[in-house]
Amino acid sequence: MNLYLAAQDPTLADFGKDPWWLVLIKIVFAFAFGLLATLLGVWFERRVVGRMAVRPGPNQVGPFGLLQTLADGLKMAFKEDILPKAADKVVYFFAPTISVICAVTALSVVPFGPKVSIFGHWTPLQVTDVSVAVLVLLACSSMGIYGIVLGGWASGSTYPLLGGLRSTAQMISYEVAMGLSIVAVFMTAGTMSTSGIVAAQGDGTQLTIAGQDIPAPGWYAILLLPSFIIFFIATVGETNRAPFDLPEAESELVAGFMTEYSSLKFALFMLSEYVSMVTMSAVTTTLFLGGWRAPWPITLWAGANSGWWPMLWFFGKVIALVFVFVWLRGTLPRLRYDQFMRFGWKVLLPINLVWILVLAGLRSIEDWQTKDRLVATGIGAGVLLLATLFWPSRKKEPAPPLQEQVNSRPHGSFPLPPMDLQVPPSPRTRRVVAEREPANVVAGPDSREV
Amino acid sequence: MTTQTVLAEATSVGGGEAVTFWILAPLALLGAIGMVWARNAVHSALWLVLTMLCLGVFYVLQAGPFIGMVQIIVYTGAIMMLFLFVLMLVGRDASDSLIETLRGQRTAAVVLALGFAGLVGTGLYRALDGVQAVGLDRANAEGNVQGIARLLFTKYVFAFELTSALLITAAVGAMVLAHVERRKEDRMDQIATMKARFRPGNYPGPKPGPGVFATSSSVATPARLPDGRLTERSIPEIMPVRELTAEETSLKGTERK
Repeated sequence: MNLYLAAQDPTLADFGKDPWWLVLIKIVFAFAFGLLATLLGVWFERRVVGRMAVRPGPNQVGPFGLLQTLADGLKMAFKEDILPKAADKVVYFFAPTISVICAVTALSVVPFGPKVSIFGHWTPLQVTDVSVAVLVLLACSSMGIYGIVLGGWASGSTYPLLGGLRSTAQMISYEVAMGLSIVAVFMTAGTMSTSGIVAAQGDGTQLTIAGQDIPAPGWYAILLLPSFIIFFIATVGETNRAPFDLPEAESELVAGFMTEYSSLKFALFMLSEYVSMVTMSAVTTTLFLGGWRAPWPITLWAGANSGWWPMLWFFGKVIALVFVFVWLRGTLPRLRYDQFMRFGWKVLLPINLVWILVLAGLRSIEDWQTKDRLVATGIGAGVLLLATLFWPSRKKEPAPPLQEQVNSRPHGSFPLPPMDLQVPPSPRTRRVVAEREPANVVAGPDSREV
Repeated sequence: MTTQTVLAEATSVGGGEAVTFWILAPLALLGAIGMVWARNAVHSALWLVLTMLCLGVFYVLQAGPFIGMVQIIVYTGAIMMLFLFVLMLVGRDASDSLIETLRGQRTAAVVLALGFAGLVGTGLYRALDGVQAVGLDRANAEGNVQGIARLLFTKYVFAFELTSALLITAAVGAMVLAHVERRKEDRMDQIATMKARFRPGNYPGPKPGPGVFATSSSVATPARLPDGRLTERSIPEIMPVRELTAEETSLKGTERK
């Protein structure tokens, strides 16, 4: 069975051999996938959030309200396109397109399935793959933020600018956490190509439980659980989705970076948000959830990982992740900005660094003999224990009260002003108030001021 | 894919490579010229982004996919983003003036730039003199990323660590300069803040701004509440309460008719 699987697995050498029409078909498919995912994604989100809020959600246009997004999109296209007077025209025009282009481009290195036969050509279900494909994904997501930042800046008004600024800081902070969690994947898979990473997650060790051979899943979501969690959190931050949608926080910034946008340009921003949500789900699936590979109970069927079936498993995983995105939005309130930044820099980043260190340590003692391995682990654990035991306490002695401090000053010290010093009113000020009856000052509760 | 094709025929310039070069090279130059000529600082940064993106693609074409992607992620994605951040904070109308504030600054800059270019050029020339190029096939024999990793962590590990120490020192220095120390006992947690806010005698709503419903725009003038009373909470405690006389509030005859 393993030999059979290996024949299906695309390697880097399988790419770049397609005829031009096949490349075109793949590109059009990836693009259409992005657009369709947006159409259905908006509907899906509204329906799911609706169910969570105990209401039906859109159900009028088409069966189950499926065509609601299409109707909304058509309506948006016929709206007036407003160009603010203070806008920087060229940048204002290009910002939404940058967002969309980057979000869609990322789909080109996502593997949708194994090698299949299309019109007689034996080709992988993936537009292309390079030896640094995951870095291409990172580059796309970091370039996509330019759309948001420039859109905010070019609008020429305050709220969009604030949204753009927030987006800049947010992206820089969470990109670091994201990159570090991918490092763990690189270390384990030994490759940066997406098809290689999917292949590396294929072979888990066999567990024998009660006489049954159960393959333990080689998913990195399980092997590298901390990385997976941090990566997904960073993904939510990177796609500006709730609870991290601070660049467009409607309670603070109206609509953030897209406040001034209308009509098709606004639609493009919407499109890019949903496409990048789907893209990021697909990337998470590829990096951590085994890509197009079927999970265990399905793999009992020998043909699960060959032909066109894997695309189904892939879409299933992507939809599950999109559901988590929607779930988060329906459940969690938006974070305050400083909390968000602190979370990224002081929680995600240190945990990630320590985890990578531990992982590197585990990987380097993997080939040692059992005795050496035990000694190395023991030394590590001992150092950790000693550090926690003898870590200097941060609690300081409470400072003596102020009066005591003042009294304990040596004789002849510089005189201190009285603690309850009030600045006397300037003699040049005409004291009209003194003659007026003091009705304005209420010493007690100000409750009447409401 | 381009990388593989290029890797395969690295010795000669392939058709795809030539086409990409002739499309992107003018764009890169345009970006460089635009960066220097743009009046607006943000436009200047955007032209630089264009040049950097073209450079990134050039690296990929030259069979250095890793450095190309890093160019795009680190330089274009993160560092230029930081630049934009600062430029946006400065303000969108900040365009550079052509008035020379330091006398002879431009001449000095040109001379220094030429000198620096000469230094770097000679340094490079001397370093590369007599170096036998092994070719891309040998350099990328164990994979581009693996090759870079091997060099970075064996031959150049000291230089690499030194650079990182320098960067960390700079980052820590910047943090120390910008850090405002707040003692732990001065910090109030959420519960304490809320208790203080809703304690009896404290009005939990926002304070009225000075000058609200007032007859003057001075911060020393207390705000007038809707029922006509003055509220002292609207002015800083240190200010004496005063009200303007009729003479002071009357028109001075200097207004535009």
